[in-house]
Amino acid sequence: MRGSLWQLGQSIIRRLSEADKKAVARRYFASEADLKKTVLYDFHVAHGGKMVPFAGWSMPIQYKDSIMDSTVNCRENGGMFDVSHMCGLSLKGKDSVSFLEKLVIADVAGLAPGTGTLTVFTNEKGGAIDDSVITKVKDDHIYLVVNAGCRDKDLAHIEEHMKAFKAKGGDVSWHIHDERSLLALQGPLAAPVLQHLTKDDLSKLYFGEFRILDINGATCFLTRTGYTGEDGFEISVPSENALDLAKAILEKSEGKVRLTGLGARDSLRLEAGLCLYGNDMEQHISPVEAGLTWAIGKRRRAEGGFLGAEVILKQLAEGPSIRRVGFTSTGPPPRSHSEIQDEKGNNIGEITSGGFSPCLKKNIAMGYVKSGLHKAGTKAKILVRGKAYDGVVTKMPFVPTKYYKPS
Amino acid sequence: MALRMWASTTANALKISCATTKAPVFSLSRCFSTVLDGLKYAESHEWVKHEGPVATIGITDHAQDHLGEVVFVELPEPGGSVSKGKGFGAVESVKATSDVNSPISGEIVEVNSKLTETPGLINSSPYEGGWMIKVKPGSPSELESLMGPKEYTKFCEEEDASH
Repeated sequence: MRGSLWQLGQSIIRRLSEADKKAVARRYFASEADLKKTVLYDFHVAHGGKMVPFAGWSMPIQYKDSIMDSTVNCRENGGMFDVSHMCGLSLKGKDSVSFLEKLVIADVAGLAPGTGTLTVFTNEKGGAIDDSVITKVKDDHIYLVVNAGCRDKDLAHIEEHMKAFKAKGGDVSWHIHDERSLLALQGPLAAPVLQHLTKDDLSKLYFGEFRILDINGATCFLTRTGYTGEDGFEISVPSENALDLAKAILEKSEGKVRLTGLGARDSLRLEAGLCLYGNDMEQHISPVEAGLTWAIGKRRRAEGGFLGAEVILKQLAEGPSIRRVGFTSTGPPPRSHSEIQDEKGNNIGEITSGGFSPCLKKNIAMGYVKSGLHKAGTKAKILVRGKAYDGVVTKMPFVPTKYYKPS
Repeated sequence: MALRMWASTTANALKISCATTKAPVFSLSRCFSTVLDGLKYAESHEWVKHEGPVATIGITDHAQDHLGEVVFVELPEPGGSVSKGKGFGAVESVKATSDVNSPISGEIVEVNSKLTETPGLINSSPYEGGWMIKVKPGSPSELESLMGPKEYTKFCEEEDASH
């Protein structure tokens, strides 16, 4: 039995064979007491949150609304997500930028202060260690957020390289923002609702931009970004102020912005064509294969200088052998590891994420196929429980993104 | 209905627990599901209605409630056979893939083809419009080993309470 995000509260254990049961008990129950809770845990439970283990945290997978309704509401009104399990980190020191550039594909030096981008931490083979949204706060301060499930390996990786960098005289240090919580506010009501809680003019803060400002009486790090394809924000708030802020957001929206769990978050990001690290991107997948070539800064393509640059630059020159693409399909929703075949039945790749789109009311998926078979409109077969269903390569995002950009 | 949670998740990739916490996961009591008299129930949350020569099989209200919106139903071909406790189809919701097991053995005489176009019938009408297959029972005594409505109600309550 695979580990899984989806916990329906039903006794899965009951259905496992005795042998599996013992194995599961050993693997999981021993650590249950160790699950971490965000400062909003009681708030989630009070709002009907169904808490499940996720990346070592007890997190709400959904609230009273179904995942379908919750997903649609985020796009029609707004959703608020507790993403405090994610790891916020600041790099400080005059060499922060040159240090980070050794580890990521972004042109960090080229970012204007107060702006950021999605980037990828690469390994020596050009594979992805994690994806991350990084922000250049100032020339000597980078703020970034990494995935909860990658926290330990990311921090170990950064620390190892930081030691070597400092040994050579580089000026960089880090601060892990465990004193802060992270709320994502997404959807068309995100900006109007948040505007009620701050004096700063949010109409001047565009997609990818960052500001340190007062929100609801607390000093917050605000990034106009998200993981849904909608306009919205991620708000890093001192943990002692997180509950008040969460309540204020719900109150100011008059109930239209709803608490939204990991289930809808997954549907939303899939509809937006965004990668989920661990599924759609892994250690052996390069940013080029993952379709994130756009995130490799021009200067970085010319100069390299990041881990695995040789492999990645070669792929850029010659084209990758596999590529991440979107699919729509008939039949049951494809899931991770569903085989993809060409029309003659030859294996051409594998699905990495898939599901039923609550907004489009049809199956959507993403996966990797051999180059040449990646063009939109290419027909394929997707195998689910041994049966082949019709699929077609479809341009992503599946649902148009609505990022707030200067007109 | 053996819930096989689908693998397309971070959790899977990150090798995270597939077991629910014993603490207040599902803290809300979910015992509002309908259980009908006259039907027999399996521990894997399927129901059987035995009338004359034919037994109708579907998944329970409790099961559909936990699954959420059903988006696809996989059915067998009529004419095939099913075995007690073995899977004969699958139900896909937004959040999970579930195998559906047959509570009894027998020959499939009819399948509910309406579910192909309207899988949501499983949610809106689990005991009527959402039936899945009709079977000619091979061994009617198998029905006796299944739970009655009271037993099944208690079974669901206990299952929910254990989480």
